Amino acid sequence: MCLAIPMKVISKKGNTAIVDLDGVRRQIDISLVSRVKIGDYVIVHAGFAIQKLKKKDAEETIALLKEVNSEIHR
Amino acid sequence: MKYIDSFRDTNAIRGLVSKIHSVAGKIGKEIVLMEVCGTHTMAIARAGLRQLLPENVKLISGPGCPVCVSPNSFIDKAIAISELKNTIVTTFGDMYRVPSGNGSLEKQHSRGARIEIVYSPFDAIEIARRKPENNVVFIGVGFETTAPVIASVIKYAKQEKIKNFLVLAGNKIIPPAMEILVSDVHHHLDGFICPGHVSVIIGSKPYEIFPEKYNIPCVISGFEACDILQSILYLLEMIAGMEKISVKIQYTRCVDPEGNIKAKKIMNEVFSVCDSEWRGIGLIKSSGLAIKDEYKQYDAEYMLDVSVNISHDRHGCICGDVLKGIKRPVDCIFFKKVCTPENPVGPCMVSSEGTCAAYYAYEK
Ligand code: SF4
Repeated sequence: MCLAIPMKVISKKGNTAIVDLDGVRRQIDISLVSRVKIGDYVIVHAGFAIQKLKKKDAEETIALLKEVNSEIHR
Repeated sequence: MKYIDSFRDTNAIRGLVSKIHSVAGKIGKEIVLMEVCGTHTMAIARAGLRQLLPENVKLISGPGCPVCVSPNSFIDKAIAISELKNTIVTTFGDMYRVPSGNGSLEKQHSRGARIEIVYSPFDAIEIARRKPENNVVFIGVGFETTAPVIASVIKYAKQEKIKNFLVLAGNKIIPPAMEILVSDVHHHLDGFICPGHVSVIIGSKPYEIFPEKYNIPCVISGFEACDILQSILYLLEMIAGMEKISVKIQYTRCVDPEGNIKAKKIMNEVFSVCDSEWRGIGLIKSSGLAIKDEYKQYDAEYMLDVSVNISHDRHGCICGDVLKGIKRPVDCIFFKKVCTPENPVGPCMVSSEGTCAAYYAYEK
């Protein structure tokens, strides 16, 4: 039930934003997250953004995974 | 989103599995890891991760499905409320079919009660606005992921002076339940895979008592196959003594050590911590959230006059032990024979994230 998915912010107005995932759009509340910008990915749960997805950290994890991969194939 | 594929990459999975085998080999003895979140249970089963792990690494599922851990008495209350005049019960879909000995919201619906499934508690507010002659009661279940959402909506209702919206408060807090499990003598646990989206809100601090007091490592994990395997690897490295036993965040892309401060603030504004009853475990100190006095007018239990007949579990259903990780669904005599997702006997089979449902759908 704690499922939450990253969706991209398309537009925003006050405490609400329109987010998109593969063409599916939804209006959500963004009052629980500070400084949401258009183009950000937010983690959406029950109609609310509960956090911003940090791109830099996502990339770091991916880099780590690539490293594991190359260690194994060495 | 394209980057998600990187977390499902088969080469990375192979690499992680091989590293896991090598560290587990060094440890030698049996290692028991518990995943606490129902979304993890489902992801592990779906990706078939159990089959990829070494023989001596066991994954067991904990009390991580909010609907499954809601006790009969809570469902009985929801059912009793649905019998009141001029009342519309609104609920997340997960809760709709969960049975108690008195039936379920679904059964109530088929008997003519007014029940609406909503995606967000905001939808319940909209219904309340459209139908001012009714009381609209939202069945508030969920862990810390969901509690700030429900708190926001209660606060909004007060601001907007909406008078016919009520919440049956049943939100629960995860770490106290985890502590009950580690201090249970029947349990031997070597590590926790901590719930990613609960931790988005609460951060990593509430888990620190596990390494400090019990010498049990914790890793806050994401939900893709690579996330979970990487978390298992981190846990094994700590257990093997290669790293210090601590709380690690694997799901760094979503979780800050301090959590979501704004969300915690609003949660504390509306809710106060209370003792709470968990299916299978019983009453756990400071493991629930009650609506504070300032918001009592939105508290369904306080405002509505309902008499509740508390029911008992279906005889033979071992959901309680499954939730504690003491028994597996296959240990249940009903599993797959009498109890199926189409004809569920207990909540662990009804909920899409229940352990029995996950085993039924994916595990051999
Ligand atoms: S298989 Fe069905 S009856 Fe058995 S524990 Fe799971 S939900 Fe309960």
